[in-house]
Amino acid sequence: MQPLLNSLPETVFTTKVDELLNWGRASSQWYMLFGLACCAIELMQTGGPRADLDRFGCVPRATPRQSDLMIVAGTLTYKMAKRTKLLYDQMPDPKYVISMGSCSNCGGLFQIAYSVCKGVDKIVPVDVYVPGCPPRPEALTEGLLRVQDKMMRERWLVKAPAAKEERVGT
Amino acid sequence: MQAQEIYNKIEKQFPGKVGLFRGDVFDPHLNVDAGAIVDVCRYLRDDAETAFEVLSDLTAIDWTKKDDEKIQVVYHLFSYAKRHQIVLKVDLPREAPRIATVEGIWKAANWFEREVFDLFGVDFAGHSDLRRIMLPEDWVGHPLRKDYVEQEEYDGISTQRAPLVDKLLK
Repeated sequence: MQPLLNSLPETVFTTKVDELLNWGRASSQWYMLFGLACCAIELMQTGGPRADLDRFGCVPRATPRQSDLMIVAGTLTYKMAKRTKLLYDQMPDPKYVISMGSCSNCGGLFQIAYSVCKGVDKIVPVDVYVPGCPPRPEALTEGLLRVQDKMMRERWLVKAPAAKEERVGT
Repeated sequence: MQAQEIYNKIEKQFPGKVGLFRGDVFDPHLNVDAGAIVDVCRYLRDDAETAFEVLSDLTAIDWTKKDDEKIQVVYHLFSYAKRHQIVLKVDLPREAPRIATVEGIWKAANWFEREVFDLFGVDFAGHSDLRRIMLPEDWVGHPLRKDYVEQEEYDGISTQRAPLVDKLLK
């Protein structure tokens, strides 16, 4: 029997449905336009023409209802932590969180302060931690690619354990 | 007007209520009796020679030196018309610090006094709206006091984070 791949014209691709879904999701991560402190400046820079997050299909959305990804960029105070939790709860599943910079990773420079939350993972689950104070646009882009890797490993139709197939782990 | 002249003027008007003048520092300052602060401030604003029409800052210091425990409320006055300035200091007991508000003299005092109340717990008698201004409404304690003890958690969010070094050593 002829392999399926060769029997079709070059404009047709064959793939798994899971992979197609994941490819579509990973190539259109819409992140919430949401900054807390100086990391937000670097986040804007990453969205700007030089680092250009848009080439990954990653565009800012002004509302959590349309967002897939939350980038927590900056110092998280307790007062803001409650609002951040609310915003996270408003995002539709599946949703991802990048913790950007030392402050949202662990409190960073301000972790001794009475008003600063010691890490965003105290309130919402975090997928990728990006170190730096603040991280350069390249670092944040790398974090975004790690989220893409994580998305590509997910299974939607067949919920079989996919641990052995995992090829990304850098 | 020189700071010494201002002080002489106040002392003439309020004998026995002011003292501890220092004029050889960057911000010349004097101590005012807690009961006389409103009268002194009103006099300094309304007098044509002093004309302190601006309260540029109002803050507090927590002194915990043995035998000299006090909360000191500090008033920075400035005059745009006369281009001179003076600092007034009022000593209050650390237990139940209470002083009359100067909100009726300078409206700016409203938020300044709310801040001092928020962080030091000074009760400004007669204030129109003495609420916390920066910390959440349900915060426990006044964090800039030296005897402030951080709570174990705030609103379900743990305030503790073990240092990474300890985690690595385990």
